Amino acid sequence: MSVNLTLLLVMGALYACGIYLVLERSLTRVLLGLMLLANATNLLILATGGYAGLAPLYSKDVAAQDYSDPLPQALILTSIVISFAVTSFMLGIIYRTWVLARRDEIQDDVEDLRVAETPSFDAEDDAEIPAETSEFPLTMLGTDGYSVSNHPAHRSGGGSATAGGEASPEGGHGTGGATLMAGGREISAEQAAAEEKPGSTNVAPGPEGGGQ
Amino acid sequence: MNLASLAPLAVLLPILGAALTFLLIRHTRAQRAVSIALLSLTLLLECVLLASVWDGGTVAVTIGGWLPPWGIVLVVDQFSSLMLVVSSAVSLAVLVYATGQGMADGDQDAPVSIFHPTYLILVAGVSNAFLSGDLFNLYVGFEILLTASYVLMTLGGTGPRIRAGVTYVVVSVVSSVLFLISIAMVYGATGTITMADLAIKLGELDQGTRTLLHVMLLVAFGIKAAVFPLSFWLPDSYPTAPAPVTAVFAGLLTKVGVYAMVRTETLLFPGDSLNTPLMVAALLTMVVGILGALAQSDIKRLLSFTLVSHIGYMVFGLAMSSVAGLGAAVFYVAHHITIQTSLFLVTGLIERRGGSSSVDRLGGLAKLSPLLALLFFVPAMNLAGIPPFSGFLGKVGLMQAGVELGTPLAYALVIGGVVTSLLTLLAVARVWNRAFWRRPSDAEHPDPVLLAPPAGRATGPGAKANTVTLLPRTMVGSTVGLVVLGVALTVFAGPLFTVSDQAAQDMLDRSSYIQAVLGEDTEVPLIVTAGGGK
Repeated sequence: MSVNLTLLLVMGALYACGIYLVLERSLTRVLLGLMLLANATNLLILATGGYAGLAPLYSKDVAAQDYSDPLPQALILTSIVISFAVTSFMLGIIYRTWVLARRDEIQDDVEDLRVAETPSFDAEDDAEIPAETSEFPLTMLGTDGYSVSNHPAHRSGGGSATAGGEASPEGGHGTGGATLMAGGREISAEQAAAEEKPGSTNVAPGPEGGGQ
Repeated sequence: MNLASLAPLAVLLPILGAALTFLLIRHTRAQRAVSIALLSLTLLLECVLLASVWDGGTVAVTIGGWLPPWGIVLVVDQFSSLMLVVSSAVSLAVLVYATGQGMADGDQDAPVSIFHPTYLILVAGVSNAFLSGDLFNLYVGFEILLTASYVLMTLGGTGPRIRAGVTYVVVSVVSSVLFLISIAMVYGATGTITMADLAIKLGELDQGTRTLLHVMLLVAFGIKAAVFPLSFWLPDSYPTAPAPVTAVFAGLLTKVGVYAMVRTETLLFPGDSLNTPLMVAALLTMVVGILGALAQSDIKRLLSFTLVSHIGYMVFGLAMSSVAGLGAAVFYVAHHITIQTSLFLVTGLIERRGGSSSVDRLGGLAKLSPLLALLFFVPAMNLAGIPPFSGFLGKVGLMQAGVELGTPLAYALVIGGVVTSLLTLLAVARVWNRAFWRRPSDAEHPDPVLLAPPAGRATGPGAKANTVTLLPRTMVGSTVGLVVLGVALTVFAGPLFTVSDQAAQDMLDRSSYIQAVLGEDTEVPLIVTAGGGK
């Protein structure tokens, strides 16, 4: 069985592009990807038919091996029709998604959304890990403004982004006497910790809903 | 002329019905009558087919006068005709249920005028896939049922359905492309796509090519059957569809994938040792699926996970490739189609009666509707495999076959199967305790329907009319029918096991299938076991 190298290369390129597009989040691109995959498969079926010969209309003078294999072509025809139906259905779905959500993207699963919308700040779970989002490093403080760790040395050595940097890591052990540099002036650690807590008036609520 | 030559009608009748109901799109009443009548006729025909091949008389029908291996053949053997009968019985019950729902709802939620033609095309696709004796025709059957299922899945075009539909369509199309690629490669390697012919010619290929083709086909079918690593799309997409649609999907679509896997394993690649990976996949499917079910609070999602989990049992039976294992798998498929569908139908009723399908919101249903409780209890216990139900018998069959095989992996699967069965019991018992036994006021956010005073029974007509709208007689009736069918599978388990064992025997022997298609004097090659797996 001989095969056409150009066809094979085109098929490979189509498969590569198709797989890339199917993995996108935009529905239109996914559809284009599916179409490329279907067409690449059609080329693959064509390749299995061997070289192109004469039209398979029976004539006494032609040897059997000179004909093209008609079966792959029949298969391709069927698969083209099927992919046509699927494509038009997908277009309908994409349009409907656009009408409903005004976005050409696959929407998130409701159950997944429910998990994602659970506030990331949990008073019980997150108390010991201050949400350090400012560019000014803070000492490791609990929500009550006091240090939660009794081992400042371990903290600074542990690679924690909060304790590192220019702020003095020894400030954590005290009972509110610690100060740190913030915005060019020195503020007490308690105030700094309050900034980080949800509900602080100085902090705009982030995308995680911490401001609620 | 053999009666089994009527086999093409099993595909033609539903398609004809689809065309008729499509013409009658403005006459809802006539549409219902036509679709129910034609589906009943199909069921009758398929019973005749089953009876005519009962004693092992496999029949091949060549379509259009093109002889195999060139033309398309439909093959009726015991396995395919048994699947046809069970699937048609189930789809008839679901159709009646859906009709009842449409009549009760006044067709607001779902455009039922589209429902009937699409549903019949789905049935035609399923029948075609079961009957097909040709790999490409099998692909066409898959596509017919999938395209119909896309429409049914997104019926009404609401946000959640569209979202679930996108996942479903993309996954299905990718699996179909994989199937088509496998067909192209099979054709390239052997020059034929008639399954009986392939059964002979694939054996002549070298081991590497054969394994490649085998794996590709199994992956393509594994996505459709929702075998573990390929099963994540299912619980995500099924629960959002309308109740009858979910029911018929759960019953039939994954089983078509299992059917195709069975044919691949027994007819096309017998003796190739992919049994070990299949067994591992079966174990993971069972355990991971049921663990997912335990985490769910929505009954539909929970049932979708048990559906995935119980596919593992069938793959287990298939992977043993012994008569006992395969026979038990065939029995289990028939049992599971019926039970899973009836559970989804009951969930639809629960949703109507209790206002929700989330167990957090339900309560007290046993008191409000004892019939509903009974309808849930019987198939739920059946699914969990409590004796004396058919679920128990099927599982015992699988365990026996596993112990007979006696390898460490088989023992692991037997243990996994028992654990899965117990966890299924736990999952459905949780539903039972919450939705049926506790007081409605104990639920977290009970639906107002549940809290309404139960005085209606005594006081009369107003309340009674209310109950009728909540649970229309047609819907309850069809669910009762299906549950009774499930119980009948228990009562007639003996003859059914005889048929399924015979079917398994024939499938493993292959000669009756191949000779029915290619002629009596075809030489059936002996099965070469690779690696001494048995």
